[in-house]
Amino acid sequence: MSGSRPSGGGRLSAPGALADTSVAAEGASLPGQDAGLPAEPLAALAARYGLKPSAARPPLLDYLRQLWQRRYFIVGFATARNVAMYTEARLGQVWQILTPLLNVAVYYLIFGLILNTSHGVHNFVAFLVIGVFVFNFTQRSFIIASRVMWDSLPLIRALYFPRACLPLGYVLIELQQLMMSFVVVFAIVLISGEPLTWYWLLIIPVLVLQTLFNVGAAFILARFGAGFDDVSQLLPFIVRTWFYASGVMFSIQTFNTLARHPVVAKVLQYNPAAIYITLARNALMRSQRLSIPGAKPYNAARCALYHQARAVNYLNSAYCHAVASQTGLWLAGAAWAVVVLVAGFAFFWRAEVQYGRG
Amino acid sequence: MVVVDDLHVVYRVYGGGGDRGTAATALMRMLRRQRRPSIREVHAIRGISFVANRGDAVGVIGRNGSGKSTLLRAIAGLLPPEKGAVYTDGHGALLGVNAALLDDLTGEKNVVLGCLAMGMSRQEVRDRYQSIVEFSGVGDFVNLPMKTYSTGMGSRLRFAIASAKSHDILLIDEALATGDAEFRVKSHRRIDELRAEAGTVFLVAHNLGEIEETCNRVIWLEKGRIIRAGEDVAAIVDAYLEATGGEPRRREPAPT
Repeated sequence: MSGSRPSGGGRLSAPGALADTSVAAEGASLPGQDAGLPAEPLAALAARYGLKPSAARPPLLDYLRQLWQRRYFIVGFATARNVAMYTEARLGQVWQILTPLLNVAVYYLIFGLILNTSHGVHNFVAFLVIGVFVFNFTQRSFIIASRVMWDSLPLIRALYFPRACLPLGYVLIELQQLMMSFVVVFAIVLISGEPLTWYWLLIIPVLVLQTLFNVGAAFILARFGAGFDDVSQLLPFIVRTWFYASGVMFSIQTFNTLARHPVVAKVLQYNPAAIYITLARNALMRSQRLSIPGAKPYNAARCALYHQARAVNYLNSAYCHAVASQTGLWLAGAAWAVVVLVAGFAFFWRAEVQYGRG
Repeated sequence: MVVVDDLHVVYRVYGGGGDRGTAATALMRMLRRQRRPSIREVHAIRGISFVANRGDAVGVIGRNGSGKSTLLRAIAGLLPPEKGAVYTDGHGALLGVNAALLDDLTGEKNVVLGCLAMGMSRQEVRDRYQSIVEFSGVGDFVNLPMKTYSTGMGSRLRFAIASAKSHDILLIDEALATGDAEFRVKSHRRIDELRAEAGTVFLVAHNLGEIEETCNRVIWLEKGRIIRAGEDVAAIVDAYLEATGGEPRRREPAPT
């Protein structure tokens, strides 16, 4: 790199004089060619003036500091995008709540009434609504994050700012939407007969952990999505599979078939989406809290009673063995959040200078 | 200050066939372990070296496809050098022709968010908001989404936002071409101020008059190489015009 300029090109000039080296034949001999390059290698000159390569990644701590300095940008960006999102629709912001509600209606029709996957779940409507809305938060964060670097190309190219603002901002948009739609969730859960208790406050740490997890995963997907477009094409398949595997419309704790496959059951129950959904249900639904396996000391007879007549004896499922204990779920949920957030941030930061290229 | 040391830039172009692909083709490609079909390499910048000082306004001229925009992007750090390096003492702001910042948001939001993204505090944004909007001259349109703006209005607002902060490097790629005469005068003045604040300005323009008015140095690119460069702006512009088959520009006698 350094000193690689052709030796014939430069006469000594005042520092900073603009000059060329690879002079083409026609221009070389003309008068008015007033300058050459400085005598020292350009890399040494750059070092002497304290210049850095233009495509250099800031150190991690600097980067975090810059990110913190942009906090109002991140929040303002999320809020503005949120308001603008539905301006073209006549019903406007109502769609934020209407879309998941229509989803819930479809799932209730198909899974609750036609396929009847609800067996053994007391208060299936509340169960389904919480599952759909909580999963929707992660699903939308994932899909949007995989496109965010492409979609924001003009902004990335025009202004310099830490690029991590973008995935962060978009997850924040989804969080704001989730919080609004949770008003509907609370209403449905109350109307469906669940009591309002202090346990409801547990929904706050659940959503905090889920948000941290989503942000971390969004960092990872944003970097992948910026690199090659295939990610945003394949992601819907993956998320759909994940949706069916996370017990959104059936109970993975009490599902018959899963009892015979302990490893599969463990994998499903400890997957992050299932963890946050289960914790959210246990926070908001008394019937879930009391009936979840492991809520009471193991009692073979009463567990058997549950399996004989699930709907009538639904509270007896509490006496069955739990694949994942409540404490286990909280610890796993926190671990997922912290590990994915830290790893995702580092992963995203390492490619900082590559975003916006091409 | 910008030091460009034997810079080479190579684009890798994903060949034609309209291959954005559906989910099914993406899956097939992964199953067959194929790369994207037909990647072609375009050697856009072939060994450029120069030094531009603080306070310089550097005009970049050349035919279409000679590598002007590529050079600007490389200086902004948006294109990785294949060989060589670009050294700068800060981050550049790159203004292109057709880049709205956040085109579904109002002009007002674009001003506020753009300034915050550049690292201004909320107080600074409040202090400067009025002057940015006045400078852009978009008037009442500031409350409408930016996608409803005419090309000229959009580029005025973008220039107003990006130049609100004194940048180390401001890179302007034909972004002023769509502005009207009044705006050209204003933007010219603003560029002079930025130079006085020790920023370096790069200007790509096909309007050679604009280059002569604004720039104290000029680089003439052809096929990714420098043909001529230097402070003798008028002579180089004339030589460029001659080489491209145009008449030398008629100039007013220089004021003494």
